[in-house]
Amino acid sequence: MTGLAQFEIVEGDGGSALVLTGPYLVSTIGAVDDELRTVDANVATIDISDVSEIDTVGAWLACTLATEHDAEITGASSRAQRLLDAISGLGGEEKLSAPRLPFWSRVPEAMGEKIFNARSGIVGVVSFLGALLISAGSLIRNPRRFRTVALFRQMELVGVSALPIIGLMSFLIGIVIAQQGAVQLAQFGAETLTINLVGRITLRELGVLMTAIMVAGRSGSAFAAEIGTMKLTEEIDAMRTIGISPMEALVIPRILAAVLMMPLLGFYASCMAIIGGAVIGDTMLGIPFWTFLSRIQEVVPTYDLWVGLVKAPVFGLIVALAGCYNGMQVKGNSEEVGKRTTLSVVSAIFAVIVLDAFFAVFFTEIGWA
Amino acid sequence: MAEGGKAKHERFRGDYPIVVDGLINRFGEQTVHEDLDLKVRRGEILGVVGGSGTGKSVLMRSIIGLQPPSGGNVKVFDQSITEAEPDEVLGVRDRWGVLFQGGALFSTLTVGENVEVPLKQFYPDISDDLRHEIARYKVMLSGLPEEAVSKYPSELSGGMKKRAGLARALALDPELLFLDEPTAGLDPIGASAFDRLTKELKETLGLTVFLITHDLDTLHEICDRVAVLADKKVIAVDTVPNLMELDHPWIQEYFNGPRGRAALTAQALDELRQHMDRPVAAHAVKALDKTPPGKDKA
Repeated sequence: MTGLAQFEIVEGDGGSALVLTGPYLVSTIGAVDDELRTVDANVATIDISDVSEIDTVGAWLACTLATEHDAEITGASSRAQRLLDAISGLGGEEKLSAPRLPFWSRVPEAMGEKIFNARSGIVGVVSFLGALLISAGSLIRNPRRFRTVALFRQMELVGVSALPIIGLMSFLIGIVIAQQGAVQLAQFGAETLTINLVGRITLRELGVLMTAIMVAGRSGSAFAAEIGTMKLTEEIDAMRTIGISPMEALVIPRILAAVLMMPLLGFYASCMAIIGGAVIGDTMLGIPFWTFLSRIQEVVPTYDLWVGLVKAPVFGLIVALAGCYNGMQVKGNSEEVGKRTTLSVVSAIFAVIVLDAFFAVFFTEIGWA
Repeated sequence: MAEGGKAKHERFRGDYPIVVDGLINRFGEQTVHEDLDLKVRRGEILGVVGGSGTGKSVLMRSIIGLQPPSGGNVKVFDQSITEAEPDEVLGVRDRWGVLFQGGALFSTLTVGENVEVPLKQFYPDISDDLRHEIARYKVMLSGLPEEAVSKYPSELSGGMKKRAGLARALALDPELLFLDEPTAGLDPIGASAFDRLTKELKETLGLTVFLITHDLDTLHEICDRVAVLADKKVIAVDTVPNLMELDHPWIQEYFNGPRGRAALTAQALDELRQHMDRPVAAHAVKALDKTPPGKDKA
């Protein structure tokens, strides 16, 4: 019965009749709906006896038309009558989208909410830190509760499995610094200073900073997503009822892993960058590879290494804290996990860069320039 | 004379909208279904029962094409699902509705917008106004109040989520409805209301219902036939009274265990209450009501 939904208006005494023919189904109704609604004849009856097939959508349309014209529906088959009975009285005016404030009050409200949330966010971070310190304290008193296996697992995830990508990234950064630096220094005929440039900048700044950014993207986001999903599936609540503190089981191993692995990764990144620089030195500047490396020992003061190594665990702490804190804040739906994960990475990278600026000023002031 | 769009397909008029033939499902070493056959009659509510891990949900997923089987054939509306091209299956997809266990509502859309999704997907020519109206009455048809239309799934209770999921499953006026444990996790009142709704909808809309359930009350109340999954096959498809006669240990334990008995008593009470005007019935109700569930030998 593949046919078309059609209608015609038959004039008669006491008002005209709207005769519907063909299938009135969800698949056919789209094309006649508009025309039917704009019929402006004085319809007294709606004849659906020639409707070959009807579903609730067809019945709904007939019902709507009947109410609109104050008409009567005639010729309904038993099936059609059932559908008409089922849907009569349904429907309403409720908007489908959630209520939304008008623009001029929505924007201030959103602003106010942001500010309000920022305040409670600060309180949240501080209380999270407090809870962390308390857990750390009780762990120190009961070292047997410490989760060594979880710590090593996290150290592997944060540290060992990050080696290839961080190595490659740092190697390329070393190449870029050496190559770009050499072009500029050549203007003074001081290409050999490229060694100082590469060695000092990577050990002091870039090695650790780029590693922190990479760890924030790799592990900080993973922390937030893992813990956030566990919150959604009530795993965290289950832990608490069993008597396991999620701080001890989840947060402390992750934070400790990041704090321990960051200096190692940072140092490794600096080494890879220096090797990258040395490759450029060998191929572009005519400084032999091994000469480049031995010159590094002479031109880079040891405190440059310390500058990098002191910053690294702090950055690790910030990245892991942002990840775990945001993970623990997840509630409601899956969208929240995504939001919190993004927030953890963005806030971690931002905090790392701000702190790096403070460190730079601090180390210069104490004479490690 | 004005003309509308062509009907995409006729209503199915054959006897068996779902025919499963020799279905095999394997996950690695583990075989879930081995040579499973099942025919679902048009216009019936078929209950599907089976112990945990007998592959009830896998069977449903195989029928609706979410789980490509390791072997065998599945036909829905005489259209093979297992061998069809994706485009051909698409022609069947708008003729069935599926209610997943947790409702599976899109959490970023309101209930009304959830119902609109299949309408927009399959019939973009329907005007916005009509689509909003359809969504609204479908939500109310599923037994939700009008205000629920603009609520997000996270603002609804478990029972309301199921009803909202049902509204979405009914969005396209399907001929075939798949329900995966619709009453699981509902309180008894909510569960029996949902049962009544399912039966009502089946009768008014002429649906064929494939219903996976653990709920013995549902089986007794609304299922025309029940398919029992055990030993990697459908071991029996029949009405509940006939199944109870069968001499299979699992079936016996299932229907004649304490819970099965209780459900049976409840149903008997319900039927008797409809004849309370007769003194015999009133007496029987009194007697049955006193029997603690599960202990009667009636």
